[in-house]
Amino acid sequence: MQQEDPRIRWVKEPEMGFWEKTYLPLFADGLTTTVRHLVRRKVTVQFPEERHAFAEPLRYRGVHRLNRDQQGRVKCVACFLCTTACPAHCIDIEAAPSPWLDREKYPVRFNIDELRCIFCGMCEEACPVNAIELTTLYDLSGHSREEMIFDKEKLLSIYDQTKGAEPPLWMMQRAVQEGGAAGAGGGSDESRHSETTSESSAGQTVG
Amino acid sequence: MPKAYIDGREIEFSMGERLNGIQAAARAGIAIPHYCWHPGLSVVGSCRMCLVEVGTRDTESGRIIMLPKLMPACNTPIKDGTVLVTHSEKVARARAMVEEDLLLRHPIDCSICDKAGECSLQDYHFRYGTAERRAEIRPFTSRKRDLGDITLFVDRCVMCSRCVRFTREISGASELLIIRRGAHEEIDVLPEQPLNNPLSGNVVDLCPVGALADKEFLYKQRVWHLRRSPGICTLCATGCSIWIEQNQDRVYRIKPRENPQVNHWWICNAGRYSYPRIHDPKRLRGTVRRTGEALVPVDGKALLRELPDRLRSAGRLALMLSPFLTVEEAYLACAWIRSLDTQAQITVGPIPRDGEDQQFSGGFRISAQKCPNRKGVEEIAAYFQPGGPTWSEWLNAAGRGEFGGIWVAGGYVDPWIDGPTARQVRRAGLLIVQDLFPTPLSDIADYVLAAGAFAETEGSYVNARHRLQVARRAVRPPWGNRPCGPLMWDLLGRTGLYDPRRVLSEVAAEIPYFHAALGEIPDIGIDLRINQLAEVTQRQPVV
Repeated sequence: MQQEDPRIRWVKEPEMGFWEKTYLPLFADGLTTTVRHLVRRKVTVQFPEERHAFAEPLRYRGVHRLNRDQQGRVKCVACFLCTTACPAHCIDIEAAPSPWLDREKYPVRFNIDELRCIFCGMCEEACPVNAIELTTLYDLSGHSREEMIFDKEKLLSIYDQTKGAEPPLWMMQRAVQEGGAAGAGGGSDESRHSETTSESSAGQTVG
Repeated sequence: MPKAYIDGREIEFSMGERLNGIQAAARAGIAIPHYCWHPGLSVVGSCRMCLVEVGTRDTESGRIIMLPKLMPACNTPIKDGTVLVTHSEKVARARAMVEEDLLLRHPIDCSICDKAGECSLQDYHFRYGTAERRAEIRPFTSRKRDLGDITLFVDRCVMCSRCVRFTREISGASELLIIRRGAHEEIDVLPEQPLNNPLSGNVVDLCPVGALADKEFLYKQRVWHLRRSPGICTLCATGCSIWIEQNQDRVYRIKPRENPQVNHWWICNAGRYSYPRIHDPKRLRGTVRRTGEALVPVDGKALLRELPDRLRSAGRLALMLSPFLTVEEAYLACAWIRSLDTQAQITVGPIPRDGEDQQFSGGFRISAQKCPNRKGVEEIAAYFQPGGPTWSEWLNAAGRGEFGGIWVAGGYVDPWIDGPTARQVRRAGLLIVQDLFPTPLSDIADYVLAAGAFAETEGSYVNARHRLQVARRAVRPPWGNRPCGPLMWDLLGRTGLYDPRRVLSEVAAEIPYFHAALGEIPDIGIDLRINQLAEVTQRQPVV
């Protein structure tokens, strides 16, 4: 870098006046901000006891769950699309011919390494039957690494635990379908409804 | 030389060559989609996917006359001046129509179909089908039918009849047939006559869609997770070329690799389902030394220090090479044992046999010799010790206590030695056994070294017809197991990683039988007799 480079513009520091030299206006300015925050409504919460409400629970990406179908069986058809989509390679499935008449294939083993997972939500997007979903649970912890590899039973139990507060997408789709045009009627929910109905055709791809 | 014109590209072929439209186009680098045609089977021209425009070009005037209708390329013999147009709008329309028709009755359950990812219907639909569907297609679950060795997903079938023709023309037992007619056609077997022949697994590879499913592989892996490497089947002396498909060091599937000189497009079921042995929990693991009754694990570096010393002080040495070793392993083992004792007695272990050779009507042959490399190992042994002892002579010498130290380089996949024979070998002061599975011999050996299975070793095999083929390593051996090749490489004090290619060049340069293997070895292997033929012609020049 050279001084006579024409692209460089040299700026001179402005001279400070009398009041600026006393720092009093700046002092008053800063103190005003402090006082304003003192009287404002607080945004921090006392975490373990108090929790934030989710503005958009559907978009939050917390711990996974494996949804159940109407008969309480695992909804997953073991197509391995989530393992294919997973950039962290944290999903491990073992498939087998299913014992049920209306389904061909099902997962015998379904493990997610929650420590390896990066919570990107690609598995949820890839799933053709909306069987895997990310919940709003975020405070997952364990005593060992092995404990953090969630198996099928654990993931299904998360579904049982969260289905009340967060109904699975396929149930909401069904409600939309049964509600007919009323659901797609308007308001802020319109975009989401149209999205879910278009997904529902893909959701029926299998069995 | 006769010429044909494919999409304006000129291809040449020799006079006697019998090409059809698909083969000629492939030579020009153009793929014509097809379901029912397969190079190994007769032509039926039933799927109509390969329809192209056909014409002839007059060699003198250069005028081209096209036929008004589309013709199946698989059934169009290429003559001098044949013109094919494969990318016109007319052809594209015909292909889209075939795709649409096939999808009318196809359950679109790709997400749970094992063929997804290597399915012709899927691939062709993306390439040649239309995105828009005119018929209302509701996905459904396919019906399943047990055909014996294979499961049939009835509704996924596109009626190409490849499997039916295979059982009639190649395996010869004709178990499969087509029942009903028209749109109701289905593949089936006669009652009480299920599909169960030694080649039945090939119909799964032949099936262009997911209709025929391998019971062993069903739902084990999605095919796009598998990585394949070229290998050689080691279960008989035919030495079929295979693809070994693995994911995370576990072999899930073995498929035939096209080799016109050995197995064409087929392999037998024994070879196809041989992979569970690689992951057999009964396999020997690691390296152990027997001290009294106790088994002490030995790590690799300690082994390299101990073995030479103990063998040197053992007295007369003897080596048994199993016919399951690769050429390189046998050579390194002989070289090493001879470096310790120049009079070491080298023999080839028992050759497993089972019944008689099986010859199928399509030309496929399953050898009765159940080992991959008898020829190669025998030639190596004969080079190091011309007129060396046979297995029974060697065994008798061992029984008389003539050997101080014995190295048994095994690798047999089936039980190969009985208790009394093992005790005969045990007469030696020091017994080192390298094998895949526990045997009566490994139970009484001083050192037991776990060997590498066929997918874990890299090297070359010589089959019953003197063809040398190279197998690549597909998976890593279990932790602690050292295949014979790398171990010998280290014992010989060679530096760097085990390099079977370099060893083979040494073998080829030293031993006349292997001279043909000096250069690059093609995927289909090389016939080691070509040099011997050349020698014969040199001695008797044609006047």
